[in-house]
Amino acid sequence: MAYKEMLQIRRDPRSLAIALLMPLMQMAMLGYGVSLDIRHVPLCVYDQENSQQSRAIVDQFISSGWFSISQTLDRQSDIRHAMDRGECVAALVIPADFSRQLATTGSANMQAVFDATDVNTTNIALGYAQGVVAQANAQIAADWNASHGVHPSPVGQIDLEPGTWFNETLDSRNFIIPGVVAVILALVGAQLTSLTISREWERGTMEQLISTPVSALEVMFGKLLPYFAIGLIDAGFCLISAVAWFGIPFRGSIVTLFVTTTLFNVVVLGIGYLISVRIRSQLGASQIALLVTMLPTTLLSGYTFPIDQMPAPIQAISLIVYPRYFVTILRAIFLKGSGLSDLWMPLAGLSCYAVIILWLAARAFRKRLD
Amino acid sequence: MSADAPAILAQALTKKFQSFTAVDHLDLSIAKGEIVGFIGPNGAGKSTTIRMLCGLLRPSEGSAQVAGFDVSSEAEAVREHIGYMSQKFSLYGDLTVRENLRFFGGIYRVARREIDERMKFAISMAGLEGREDRLVRTLAGGWKQRLALGCAILHRPPILFLDEPTSGVEPEARRRFWDLIHEFAADGVTILVSTHYMDEAEYCNRIALIDRGKLIAIGTPSELRAHQLGGELFEVGCAPLGAAMKALSDAPGVVDAAIFGDRLHVVLGAGGLDAADLPGFLGEHGIEVDQVRSVPPSLEDVFVQLVSGSPEERMIP
Ligand SMILES: Nc1ncnc2c1ncn2[C@@H]1O[C@H](COP(=O)(O)OP(=O)(O)O)[C@@H](O)[C@H]1O
Ligand SMILES: [Mg+2]
Repeated sequence: MAYKEMLQIRRDPRSLAIALLMPLMQMAMLGYGVSLDIRHVPLCVYDQENSQQSRAIVDQFISSGWFSISQTLDRQSDIRHAMDRGECVAALVIPADFSRQLATTGSANMQAVFDATDVNTTNIALGYAQGVVAQANAQIAADWNASHGVHPSPVGQIDLEPGTWFNETLDSRNFIIPGVVAVILALVGAQLTSLTISREWERGTMEQLISTPVSALEVMFGKLLPYFAIGLIDAGFCLISAVAWFGIPFRGSIVTLFVTTTLFNVVVLGIGYLISVRIRSQLGASQIALLVTMLPTTLLSGYTFPIDQMPAPIQAISLIVYPRYFVTILRAIFLKGSGLSDLWMPLAGLSCYAVIILWLAARAFRKRLD
Repeated sequence: MSADAPAILAQALTKKFQSFTAVDHLDLSIAKGEIVGFIGPNGAGKSTTIRMLCGLLRPSEGSAQVAGFDVSSEAEAVREHIGYMSQKFSLYGDLTVRENLRFFGGIYRVARREIDERMKFAISMAGLEGREDRLVRTLAGGWKQRLALGCAILHRPPILFLDEPTSGVEPEARRRFWDLIHEFAADGVTILVSTHYMDEAEYCNRIALIDRGKLIAIGTPSELRAHQLGGELFEVGCAPLGAAMKALSDAPGVVDAAIFGDRLHVVLGAGGLDAADLPGFLGEHGIEVDQVRSVPPSLEDVFVQLVSGSPEERMIP
């Protein structure tokens, strides 16, 4: 059974490619979208002075990695146009007397304009800009100190509160990405198996299959095994990209990660299978699968909204939401380096889930047409 | 199960879908080694009956035993003793011939040391030598059907249910298929095969005629042919056919009139029109008659006469 399923999966390389690439794409989308982490904000520069010092400031913006220069402008009015055309999200205006001001008074004005259509992006980009300027200021202050020997008033019209924005987003990224991995694995896993039984119903092969002495367990494990392998590969992709791409520190052990991911995989594949057994159309099954994985994972797993800040009744509900256990586990493994023994509680939760789901799924398979 | 117990036994077998009765108190007894043809128009309830006998649908009323096991309470035991070919082609099109066979061999629990030999048998039976590694969806209809049969007999079931196995298959392949069915029957396999091709009825040991869920006749082809049509059968060449049929259905002494191809089949009873009167009678209705001759009844005639329905419904292909 499992062998046949594997052959069929292999005969359909397009679906296989989707199954393997979708998680990565979702990772990119959710990872960037949700983590509020934005890189390479397109930036226009209107440098009225074009001196060594003004260029140095611009360079700092670029080397920070948060911004990339999309255009250098010659007129104030061009900023408006560039933004209207979506060519930049932020613009930097350096006045003609920038370096003179800096040399004489130790402080200078610099204007930063943001396209505020996307408030989130604006806030974050503003935070980055402040960070860059703060760094520049520190440098200038040090130089000033060295040459003038007096305490300066720091440069920059942009407010220089110590880069809290900056740090906060970085922190939340570490916090959110492991959650994103859990959500993606739940979505993809349930999708994969939600189609397996309903496909056989739709193609009419199920009628033949249930006329044989095949057992419900045979069908279930035959169906789940190959997808289990795919699910693990997907998990590998997501976890590796979390570390390699999003730079999330990994402090735990691979073994712990493997054990917990395996368990989670069993749960989500089981849920997809259970749905597939009950719903006889592929479309219906995949939509229900989306519903039962999407809603609880995005809202109640605590991957964006911290569970301990939810109202008590909802906290109670979230106890039965399986992804929350995996979100907790992944965060603990990634950020705290927790081992299996530290995680016994969410592990027990997930195990209960796995057992119940598989039991229900095995029972739900009926060898009848009516 | 004793030696002379029927292989298939249905008693008042009934299936209702909501208020609609698809199979209506059907009684059927099929002995071991018999080939029974299940014949009836589309929607007659053939598939529904076969599905109940395979344990795939739960009977609403009545009971059935297959290989001595009750189809509702011992469905799993029934499944071990049957081979089933569903009406819709249901092998895996994205697997090769060999892979399909191996898969069904696996789920039928064919012993490992036997599987190669069984697969070889199925492949040669289906005439698929040299095509073992073709994807099944690329095969022509006749091969597909024979392969489906091959999959259904891998575990040497004593009873076979074949639901319209030859529909949509070209005549040459249909004949080959029936040869195979006869070979199995010669080995003692009991076969219930449904079809809506009347000509195939002649290949069966017995025929069960079913219409609107009811069994309306059962017997050997010659018994059924001998079944009194209620008169003598005449073939009438005339035009226009529709008007002629209409005129004759209300005429005295006419038991039945039905269109057969480009002619009319008319059953004449006693005490009314006789054959010699036909040209004159039809002439009065403005119908030209070029020939009237007596013909021996075919199964189709019998069936058409047994099925009481509107004229359109009588045109069995
Ligand atoms: N699952 C079902 N639900 C409702 N009606 C059905 C179902 N299956 C079959 N029927 C109806 O039962 C009748 C008999 O169908 P079927 O046994 O497939 O006929 P046959 O095989 O002789 O063509 C048809 O009118 C069909 O519409
Ligand atoms: Mg049918």
